Amino acid sequence: MTPTTRTRWAILSLTGPAYLWLACTIFLPIAAMLALSFLDKSPLVPQPANFTLQNYETFFAKGFNWDLSTKGFYGDLTKWSILLGFWVTFFCLLIGYPAAYALAKRVKGRWREAIFLLIVLPFWSNALVRIFSWTMVLRPNGVMDLSVQALFPGAPPVDLLFTYPAIIIGLVHSYLPYMILTCYIALQAIDDSLIEAGRSLGASKITTFRRVVLPLSLPGIVSGAALIFVPVIGSFMEPRILGGTKGATLGMNIEEQFTVTANWPLGSALSFILLAIVLIIFGILYPFLRRQGGGA
Amino acid sequence: MRSLADMGIRFYLILVLVFLYLPILVMALFAFNKSQLYGLPFEFDLVWFKALAENDRLLKAGLNSVLIALANTVIATSLGTMAAVAFGRYTFRGKTMMQALLFPPIAIPWLVIGTAMLVFFFWIGRAMGYPGIARGLHAILLGHVALSLPYVIFVVGARLNDYPKALEEAAATLGATPWQVFRRVSVPILAPGVVAAALFAFAVSFDQFVISYFLAPPGVTTLPVEIYTSIRKGFTPEINAISTIIILVSMGLMLIVARFYRFGGERSGNE
Repeated sequence: MTPTTRTRWAILSLTGPAYLWLACTIFLPIAAMLALSFLDKSPLVPQPANFTLQNYETFFAKGFNWDLSTKGFYGDLTKWSILLGFWVTFFCLLIGYPAAYALAKRVKGRWREAIFLLIVLPFWSNALVRIFSWTMVLRPNGVMDLSVQALFPGAPPVDLLFTYPAIIIGLVHSYLPYMILTCYIALQAIDDSLIEAGRSLGASKITTFRRVVLPLSLPGIVSGAALIFVPVIGSFMEPRILGGTKGATLGMNIEEQFTVTANWPLGSALSFILLAIVLIIFGILYPFLRRQGGGA
Repeated sequence: MRSLADMGIRFYLILVLVFLYLPILVMALFAFNKSQLYGLPFEFDLVWFKALAENDRLLKAGLNSVLIALANTVIATSLGTMAAVAFGRYTFRGKTMMQALLFPPIAIPWLVIGTAMLVFFFWIGRAMGYPGIARGLHAILLGHVALSLPYVIFVVGARLNDYPKALEEAAATLGATPWQVFRRVSVPILAPGVVAAALFAFAVSFDQFVISYFLAPPGVTTLPVEIYTSIRKGFTPEINAISTIIILVSMGLMLIVARFYRFGGERSGNE
């Protein structure tokens, strides 16, 4: 064997198994689901299936209307899913950015290390368990209710479980570490002398922040937003546990198509619509993410 | 003035930490509370851990979770490390494209990946005449490895960013056999990254719910799937007890990963 053939064999045998595995478990299944979304019968029934556009028509025909006053089923689900993604991202930014700024610029040494570790630690702990833990806090007679009663005797009972705010609180809790992490990385990379230069040239603290710090940390905000928005609009477990029958999302409907009603072709079409929304979001955010790659 | 601002900042960071940890602590506390209806005042009792020790369903689900996580760790770590070594050591056509292919498994919502696997495995099974093989522990394992592979390749790859090929060549020139080069040069360089990646892979699998949920046939479950079913059917503090154990395992693993990462960072700093 010549050296190049040997190298080629080495590369092939080293990468082959991993990529064969990914092909069989990610890429071929996605292709199979795309095919199924154009068929009229579920593979669960023995009859042969035919080509149809009916599944996508169902989505658009069943009242896909962006006007909030009309009751369009899938339109409402999609709207609410996107809105949920927006609110969760917004609150994560609102809470997470100041925390990331404080960690990157104001806290030093051991404190920074310890707090940073504590913030990323829940990251890998079980998401389901963390959502479940909120039911103990939000339920009537739960921790939140009892603390409100203790602070303001005679206040009306607080029962947030199975409401929209409950879903948002739970999801913000799940995804906040992502935002703090990405913003922290971006903020830490900003040279302090840039901020000092702005200050010594006469810019106020607010102007320096608006014209120097914020633009330079934008890539961190955008990657955090992408990391949060995408899983949130596909979420179904969180709204199911914390929202109950309220707050149906597109994700919950997809889950039902596969587990309850067994309408796999419709579920596949809805999954692809979800995937299309994700791709559109990445398309919008891509220029910002690229800039980060160039800057690093 | 300055110290007042600093105190404000610390107070804010502590508030964020309280938000992150309070619900978890509350949940853990109720695992040790006697009341079945999550009633207060708090009365310490281990009754729910005892009940857990006798709950065959949850224990069996727990065993499945651990077995799948272990198998996933072995498979994903070996396949992923092989690919990372190829990326680190060689430059070849299509490498950038292959690395880009690692993003879809991370970026596509698990819901989409899980349902797609169910569809594909079902079709394969039907083509082979056994539609039943679409779901089960083997299918769950297939899915977990797919999700872990990109992480393993990234984590091991981060240590190999500039693969010290020169060291291997130097060892070979000085008369080391290929086995000695591997054993004495390559393995020590790779080891910290591989250990971190393995712990990562274990955590990914042990915590994975969505994919397992769609690929679990009735009667066969992993721990997160069993917990989800229990939460929806009505639950007792037994779920708190098992959840507390899970949280401790995951966070313990993450602390070990953090330690290995620091260790890796120090090494590369000295180079």
